[in-house]
Amino acid sequence: MATLSINNVRKQYGSVEVLKGIDLDLTDGEFLVLLGPSGCGKSTLLNMIAGLETISAGEIRIDQRVVNEVHPKDRDIAMVFQSYALYPNMTVARNIGFSLEMRGQAKPEREGAVRRVARLLQIEHLLDRKPAQLSGGQRQRVAMGRALVRDPKVFLFDEPLSNLDAKLRVDMRTEIKKLHQRLGTTVVYVTHDQIEAMTLASRIAIMKEGVVQQFAPPQEVYERPANMYVASFIGSPTMNFVRGTLSAEGDRLGVSIGRERNGFLPLFQAPEQAGSWLGQEVILGIRPEAITCYDPAIAAGNPALVKVACGVNVLEPTGADTITYVELNGHEVVARIKPSDRVAEGGTADFMIDMARANLFDPKTEQRI
Amino acid sequence: MSSLTSALPPAQGTGARIARWSLYLILLLFAAYYLLPLLLMIATSFKSPEEIRTGSLLSLPRDFSLDAWSYAWNRACIGADCRGMAPYFLNSLVIVGPAVIISTFFGALNGYALTKWRFRGANIVFGMILFGSFLPSQVILLPMAQTLGFLGLAGSAGGLILVHVVYGLAFTTLFFRNYYVSIPDDLVKAATIDGASFFQIFTKIMLPLSLPILVVTIIWQFTQIWNDFLFGASFAAGGAQPVTVALNNLVNTTTGVKQYNVDMAAAMIAGLPTLVVYVLAGKYFIRGLTAGSVKG
Repeated sequence: MATLSINNVRKQYGSVEVLKGIDLDLTDGEFLVLLGPSGCGKSTLLNMIAGLETISAGEIRIDQRVVNEVHPKDRDIAMVFQSYALYPNMTVARNIGFSLEMRGQAKPEREGAVRRVARLLQIEHLLDRKPAQLSGGQRQRVAMGRALVRDPKVFLFDEPLSNLDAKLRVDMRTEIKKLHQRLGTTVVYVTHDQIEAMTLASRIAIMKEGVVQQFAPPQEVYERPANMYVASFIGSPTMNFVRGTLSAEGDRLGVSIGRERNGFLPLFQAPEQAGSWLGQEVILGIRPEAITCYDPAIAAGNPALVKVACGVNVLEPTGADTITYVELNGHEVVARIKPSDRVAEGGTADFMIDMARANLFDPKTEQRI
Repeated sequence: MSSLTSALPPAQGTGARIARWSLYLILLLFAAYYLLPLLLMIATSFKSPEEIRTGSLLSLPRDFSLDAWSYAWNRACIGADCRGMAPYFLNSLVIVGPAVIISTFFGALNGYALTKWRFRGANIVFGMILFGSFLPSQVILLPMAQTLGFLGLAGSAGGLILVHVVYGLAFTTLFFRNYYVSIPDDLVKAATIDGASFFQIFTKIMLPLSLPILVVTIIWQFTQIWNDFLFGASFAAGGAQPVTVALNNLVNTTTGVKQYNVDMAAAMIAGLPTLVVYVLAGKYFIRGLTAGSVKG
């Protein structure tokens, strides 16, 4: 168990800067997820923590020790690869025990350690097989076993679930989370899957083009995204963006999105800087689940809810809830409503927007206001 | 798969049957074309000189005799030395063994370093090594002769081993490099984190995965070096000459009547090891050549 701190880390390939000054600090036992599209530099950063890539500038510390020049095997880390990277010529037992073998540990000790880990992952019956004789899920477990047996200070995961089918992926995700709760080891986990990030992380670092866009706990990333990129990367369906003007009606600040009947959407708790944006163009970000069917009983008790009448374009039932495309003053927005709410495609219905969950963005910089 | 079978002519109808049988006939003719010289050599090597003079060229031996073989093996005169092919056969073995092992080992090491430890300029280095495999062997005769002289290896088996190792490295490196490209880099990364060193990764992970290409390389190098005549004739003197040079000298030694049966037996002796290698390891050779082209 250990802390991990990454200070102003940069990576250059020739004149191309892949990582442009990354700052991340992890406390003991944290689960950091590096999230971003392919090419954002998240895997490069992970490889640099592992010591598989050199660090162009800045420093990485594991437990206060600068590890920039430390060989991977001496960093006290273990890594699980997307391809699992099991040694095809060795049995499962030897795969798991290979790092101990390289450290020169005696055979009986090694076998004991392998057996302990195998029991933890329930793969004891597979120890004598070769990787080619295993299913995807079993290979995944062996790869984890290989990391676990070293009892490292930091676990590194490089998209470990990407090669599994959908059901197994969900199972293994839960298993990784349980394992982390049990062992309490610091984890850095790379993925492009927002659900994995949300479910596993204690904090998420969302990256784009070599820059960390936001570094915060999952719920904060979801509710208060630092910019429009983060807002649209997390959440499915994605956040609605509606262009409008910040204006005042009486003593209330709001966003006006047209001259028609729902033209003014009053903000519930306007951000402090909002005053200086009066009269200027802003982008209003609303999550689909913040737009629901109007219910007078609920609306009466919550002053943040604003009633709007919208045309209903398309309904997409998913079972748990129904994704609804509605027309809000000429903007098509997505709402998430209950299947029991009876709205008809092509008709008009009353909806309510929870303005307490609204976000405002600067249309030029796309940063949160 | 289905498109492949449907591309073949259907085996129904008279026309199709004729086409099929003429295809077989052509294949048989080609097979005969390649096999006849071998048959001729084997048949002649078992005949007596009389039978060769009187009988037809293609007839099978009437009185099966191994005399020509034993004569070629340890009594035939090669130049003035009448000890037969045996000492030269041994020379070839002494040259081929180390030359194949050393060139294959370093080819594997080169391929491993070029693919898994990509250093600055690795591609240029590989390009230059690749260039070596296009170099005609005649081109290196003079510089190699000078080098061997400088090293004091001229005319020795050791010198010939060195020549074959250096010349063969271009090919062995190419083989292993192309094979190792298809082995995932993650394996090396994982092993690095597990604490394995450059050579430990090579011996414990890469080499055990290399069997198909190892077989290909060994067969290739064995055939090339065993069959080599030019380097043997140029760099080996007298008693250190390989079997190919001895065969040439035996056939060209003109004293008395030409003994075709002995010539043929000697040629068979010289060619047998490569034949044996192909028969024993041929299927691995094909498998290795196509390895990597198909997943799994």
